[in-house]
Amino acid sequence: MGLDYEKLGLRVGFEIHQELNTHKLFCNCPSKLRDEEAPLKVKRRLRPTQSEMGEVDRAALAEALKDKGFAYQLYPESICLVELDEEPPHPINEEALDIALEVALLLNAKPVDEVHTMRKIVIDGSNTCGFQRTALVALDGRIDTDGKSFGMPTICLEEDAARKMGEGTEYVNYRLDRLGIPLVEIATGPDFSDPETPAKAALYIGQILRATGKVKRGIGTIRQDINVSIAGGARQEIKGVQELSLISEVITREVRRQIALLEIRDELRRRRAERAEKKIINVTDVFSGTKSGVIRRMRGDGGEVLAVRLPKFAGLLGKELQPGRRLGTEFAAHARIYGKVGGIFHTDELPGYGISEEETARLKRTAGAADEDSVVFVAGDKERARAALKAVVGRANQALQGVPEETRRALTDGNTEFMRPLPGAERMYPETDIPPIPITPARLRKIKLPELPEKQRARLMERYKLSRELAERLVLSDKLEIFEKLIARTKADPTLIATTLEETLVSLRREGVKVENIQKNALAELFTRVAKGKLAKEAVPEVLRLVAQRIGVQEAVDKLGLTTFTRPDLKKLVTEVVASNRALVNERGMEAMGPLMGILMEKVRGRADGKLVHELLQRELRKVKK
Amino acid sequence: MHYRKLIAMAGYKGRAQQLLKAASVNVGDRIKVEDAGRTYEGVLMPRTELGDSNHLVLKLKSGYNLGARIGTGTKISLLEKGKPPKLEVPKLEIKPDPSKPNVTIIGTGGTIASRVDYRTGAVFPAFTPEEIYSAVPELAEIANIKVVEACNVFSEHMTPELWAKIGGVIAKEINEGASGVVVAHGTDTMAYTATALSFTLKGLHRPVVLVGSQRSSDRPSSDAALNLISAVTVAGKSDIAEVCVVMHGSTEDDFCLIHRGTRVRKCHTSRRDTFMSINDIPIGMVKGRELKYFREGYKRTKPKSKVTVDGKFESKVALLKVTPGMSSSVINGILKAGDKGIVLEGTGLGHVPESLFAGIKRAVAKRVPVVMTSQCLWGRVDMKVYSTGRDLLKLGVIPGEDMLPEVAWLKLMWALAQTKDPKEVSKLMKSNLAGEITPRTRPDVFLKPAFAPTP
Repeated sequence: MGLDYEKLGLRVGFEIHQELNTHKLFCNCPSKLRDEEAPLKVKRRLRPTQSEMGEVDRAALAEALKDKGFAYQLYPESICLVELDEEPPHPINEEALDIALEVALLLNAKPVDEVHTMRKIVIDGSNTCGFQRTALVALDGRIDTDGKSFGMPTICLEEDAARKMGEGTEYVNYRLDRLGIPLVEIATGPDFSDPETPAKAALYIGQILRATGKVKRGIGTIRQDINVSIAGGARQEIKGVQELSLISEVITREVRRQIALLEIRDELRRRRAERAEKKIINVTDVFSGTKSGVIRRMRGDGGEVLAVRLPKFAGLLGKELQPGRRLGTEFAAHARIYGKVGGIFHTDELPGYGISEEETARLKRTAGAADEDSVVFVAGDKERARAALKAVVGRANQALQGVPEETRRALTDGNTEFMRPLPGAERMYPETDIPPIPITPARLRKIKLPELPEKQRARLMERYKLSRELAERLVLSDKLEIFEKLIARTKADPTLIATTLEETLVSLRREGVKVENIQKNALAELFTRVAKGKLAKEAVPEVLRLVAQRIGVQEAVDKLGLTTFTRPDLKKLVTEVVASNRALVNERGMEAMGPLMGILMEKVRGRADGKLVHELLQRELRKVKK
Repeated sequence: MHYRKLIAMAGYKGRAQQLLKAASVNVGDRIKVEDAGRTYEGVLMPRTELGDSNHLVLKLKSGYNLGARIGTGTKISLLEKGKPPKLEVPKLEIKPDPSKPNVTIIGTGGTIASRVDYRTGAVFPAFTPEEIYSAVPELAEIANIKVVEACNVFSEHMTPELWAKIGGVIAKEINEGASGVVVAHGTDTMAYTATALSFTLKGLHRPVVLVGSQRSSDRPSSDAALNLISAVTVAGKSDIAEVCVVMHGSTEDDFCLIHRGTRVRKCHTSRRDTFMSINDIPIGMVKGRELKYFREGYKRTKPKSKVTVDGKFESKVALLKVTPGMSSSVINGILKAGDKGIVLEGTGLGHVPESLFAGIKRAVAKRVPVVMTSQCLWGRVDMKVYSTGRDLLKLGVIPGEDMLPEVAWLKLMWALAQTKDPKEVSKLMKSNLAGEITPRTRPDVFLKPAFAPTP
């Protein structure tokens, strides 16, 4: 699109949340996600604590209490009273703390002298106790990669939240399996000024995390939040970007959104727009005989149609902010969250939805809207509709100022959606159930740091003569440890082991073979055979296919009839093949090597090493030529 | 001014305190701590009791706290003086509503409601009616609230003298026209206080409700608000003229049970639904501020009467849990210490090993009554079934029927304050005075599954 990011004053930072491969942070439950239906459910409510609401506001509390309750799914086998907020937290998981310290040291950060666990208020139900426990572990990390240096002001250890499983009319459903899994949170400063570098930096941090060998892998085990702002715009915290490849798209689309919002602001100023009033007008009569099915359906029994006038907004609600998302979409998100309504209508899109021209005109008249005004209206329960329209007015007035600071959710296409306003000062207070933990120099000395990814890669290429590509793949995957163990145990060719781990197993899995059934010991037995010349390396995939069906290596080899040719037997076979293809040999001489090799390999099919066949065939041909 | 106290008690000792004094730094000030090339800047926070004296606690701009170690070269400098936290509750115009009942909430030292100051992290108890209303505004819709403090101790430090004192405050409030009284109490010994009050309040004609919380009120998931709302509902609107405990009835935030004071026991160290009625069903429940009664057998309120307090207890009574092979020397020790009564928590139907017979004989000979209860908790003692039981009866042991051991212990303390005559004591112990003994054992009162559906 050719945006000049420097001129736009783009500033980007991000937070990485990585799950650690150890039991839960404040209890002894396994960090294990469950797929089956939960045998038990517990329903709860949360109450905003006093300071949370600022001053005493009965209406606000009443409103909060009208909100949905939470239904927590639990599994007695792997979830205990701590997750259920029925038992105080146990002392912090020391292994998780050591992993966090290890990560901090790898990122050149300075561990704090004493770790204090805090409670961060979160009342959306994702934490049963109404707060997330989090602790600052280290400060001022910095890494240099690809000539770019960036800082990581804070590294924290915290507990993951419960998994949201859906929402009913009265309850939000959460599954408690994820609640309490230890997470390392790494926050960078706003040090990036283009959309591309952050993804690279995140990838690099991800590699460092994996180098510890102590983090979880797979979808959802590492999550990124991105902070984006441009000059004149405002900081947005974008939650839940699960794919690295999406980071630059999210940033680009957010920049576009902020530019569009600033253009809308300028246009509103040019039109001398004034703040909209929270004056809700009942327009039910306008639609009393409507032919619009949508309106009738949303209004339902006893519902009403309410409207507000947005002065000088005509035409602006339809302005695109991100591909497929308009200013109206943004307003609708606020209406949904604060009013719990399905959606909003506005005059920019009328006539439409089966709403007639006459109804549109009457609507504008009743709402007292001039031509340059817009009217937003909602059909349904009166209270909800009111709350929704008040939220719309609030958001519309923010448009006069430009870009509001928000917490937004990343959508799968790179667009973002409003979640809640950005919290002000963090609502944090000490977790009094967990004593502070001093981080002594002795403790830090005991932490062994792993090789960093580029060092690992160089060592693999140097020591095992692996290709750069294979070495890179081993470093990025979780197989490095088993690779080195198999070499030590079997003395087989490192490239064969690496290829098997990184390529053969991957393609077998793609074919639907249950490679998870293949145990380390079976691999060791297999490679030992190859190393001793008892099995051709070409036979490895076929044997593994059977081993994956829980068949022993010996049995698999027998079943496939793969006992290797002895040298004399192989020699005999070569002589036979050359004899029966005499014509070809006479005609092409040594050039017959290629076709004959093909015939031979077809016949031995994994029961002889290709190199040996080649050697014997070459000799036989020379002999025949003489 | 609770917070001033907290701030003054900042918790720093030893070297940390000296350094802070030397730098004229107080909790709440923004300071810089430098040591060996490291610099921290933040607001000085109070030190928790769990912490050592080698670290200063700082709150960083991000809201996180950390501990900065004090070394030999640590330098502290003041960046900015802190302002004391503002926790004034906005003035609420609370006009008494004559159509609503008057309920007095009596504080005993626990936290009824509290607020958090995020700047210092301190938790401040709410105590004035304004503070309680602002934390739990629903209360204003149920009753006109008055707040009185009877004492200020953790519930594990409760004493017979304090039971009498609390009883006195309850009697005064009811006699002065309160529709009902709520006693905010720590949960550890709440059942003991409920039992004690059941025996000491004479002529009780209004509800007396003990309430507390298992999750502190500074957290959004606290059970305190629902418990308090339910307790005030029982105190203001029920016709129960008894001492009862009103607490969560399940792990969910949906209803509270009303337990009779002499039947209730704390059964779980941490769960919300820790309180259970043992050997009897609860009197009823409160759900969504609606009362529902489970039974007919309870004392009803009367518009007018006079409550008096008979708060005398013989404090020297022992409660002894019997174990296999236990020696009589334990009882000898108890007698030597001058105890005037012994409650045994026997095995099964009410048995002890033969090795205790000698001790029991000595106690009875010294006119020290010995009462038998069961460590099974559920069920009734019956000492006629086996020969050991019959032997014990012959020795003069008083069977405690289906009383909870601690209830029998409290009742014996009370009975010994009424009379020294062992025969009279035995008579008192065997009669039901405050619902502590049920003549018939209901079939529906044994342990229920932890996740039972709502009754």
